[in-house]
Amino acid sequence: MSGFVMFISQIFNGLKIGSVYALVALGYTMVYGIIRLLNFAHGDFIMIGAYTLMLSIPALAAMGMPAWTAVIPATLVCALVGVLVERLAYKPVREKGNSMTALITAIAMSLLLENGSQAIFGADYKTVPTIVSIPTLTIGQLKIDGATIVSIVLGVVMMVAMQLYVKRTKQGKAMRAVSEDKEASLLMGINVNGTITLTFAIGSGLAAIAALMYCVSYPQVSPTMGMMLGLKAFVAAVLGGIGSIPGAMVGGLAIGLIESLTKAYIGTITGGVITSAFSDAIVFAILIIVLLVRPSGLMGEPETEKV
Amino acid sequence: MLDIKNLSVSYGAIDAVKGISLHVDDGEIVSLIGANGAGKTTTLHTITGLVPARSGSIVFNGQDLLKTKANKIVTLGMAHVPEGRHVFTRMSVQENLEMGAYSLKDTSHVAEDLDKVYTYFPRLKERRRQLAGTLSGGEQQMVAMGRAIMSRPNTILMDEPSMGLSPKLVKEIFRIIEKLHEEGITVLLVEQNAKMALSIADRAYVLETGRITMEGKASDLLHDEKVRKAYLGA
Repeated sequence: MSGFVMFISQIFNGLKIGSVYALVALGYTMVYGIIRLLNFAHGDFIMIGAYTLMLSIPALAAMGMPAWTAVIPATLVCALVGVLVERLAYKPVREKGNSMTALITAIAMSLLLENGSQAIFGADYKTVPTIVSIPTLTIGQLKIDGATIVSIVLGVVMMVAMQLYVKRTKQGKAMRAVSEDKEASLLMGINVNGTITLTFAIGSGLAAIAALMYCVSYPQVSPTMGMMLGLKAFVAAVLGGIGSIPGAMVGGLAIGLIESLTKAYIGTITGGVITSAFSDAIVFAILIIVLLVRPSGLMGEPETEKV
Repeated sequence: MLDIKNLSVSYGAIDAVKGISLHVDDGEIVSLIGANGAGKTTTLHTITGLVPARSGSIVFNGQDLLKTKANKIVTLGMAHVPEGRHVFTRMSVQENLEMGAYSLKDTSHVAEDLDKVYTYFPRLKERRRQLAGTLSGGEQQMVAMGRAIMSRPNTILMDEPSMGLSPKLVKEIFRIIEKLHEEGITVLLVEQNAKMALSIADRAYVLETGRITMEGKASDLLHDEKVRKAYLGA
């Protein structure tokens, strides 16, 4: 394989995992945008989605349904868990406490979900049945496997759909209004609490789709699988500008590309001084550099003081 | 008609409004004047459900507003143009105006109402694609008023529409308020610019540290010695 083909295939790898980060970052950023809460349990919704896939694929197969239809129960379960977390934990804390109590509650919810699923499923890795079998696409020397195609296509479709939803639909506009000014939204007649719940449902549902994309490539689940994914997605959201939907997409794809290219080339470039094991450190270093130059992220708008 | 009786509102231990009663009849412009911190904005916020009342009653066309959810009040025909405009800065001017029509079930008049708002405020038409956050204070005030008009209200609460505006713009804003009044819209106007407020109002109330201390015909108050001393700088 020539150097150029190798480079292109690394780009595709980066876009594949970057699409997963982007979808998770999208949920992160939507929730942050609407209630200014860093929902640290968001990564764990991927884990919930993955376990739901694992359990529902055989059940659906028994009913003669294809494995990918498991994304439907996974999305529903994740949306439900997201809404429950919001209604039972975040909303009461938001009304009584401050942003620090809310943040600690989010960390607590993350631990609860991780330990809860460990109690139910055990700590070890479990295998997710094959979700899709799409043949490898071969263009000359370049080989792109089915999982990559599925992830990138699904990622792009979901991102475009979300952008249209938020820009064009009545509910999407209500979300933007609530994220900017809750009082003015009430005066417009928007059901603010309902809109927040809906945002949680959609954000968490996106995590289920990210879980599907992830499990297509890495078909295993564990209670802590959402930790690193959630953290990377958080970095992606901050890099893109937290609260910004296009920012989450750009940030997610950028993190995926940076990660994939550093893994592939950092050893060669630095003559073996820095190895691919440092790829996560490099991702975080890039985040720090970008934030030093642009504190509001790549596409975030600088916070303006409201009068 | 809006009827407020013995309304009290407090923020924690601080009593902001201490048992006020006022009413606004259909078709009237009523002004609520008073110094900073007198409780004017709190009164408006309580009417539209943004702040809970401690005691008293607010009845609007037979509906008990204290038992109505904040986001349902606009559907009763009451719009509120809040102090400080509160436009959606990251939405375009037109999107802001369309948000004003959010509560309408029948959306067949939205395009026609947009045209109406643009005739009132031609400047907004020129800037309809611009983000509202990039507008000047006066233009944002126009957006906030236009947004209220889009909800097809019969009553509009206006909180300090003249704040921070040049005298020329203040005149323009007040001209529109009078125009809305001529169309039959009832207006409850909160203003620190007492002279302007009293000159267009039918009746007025003077609010001092949470209590109504004077009320009467606006033209009478405009010539009242105490009002002139305290609020008109004469």
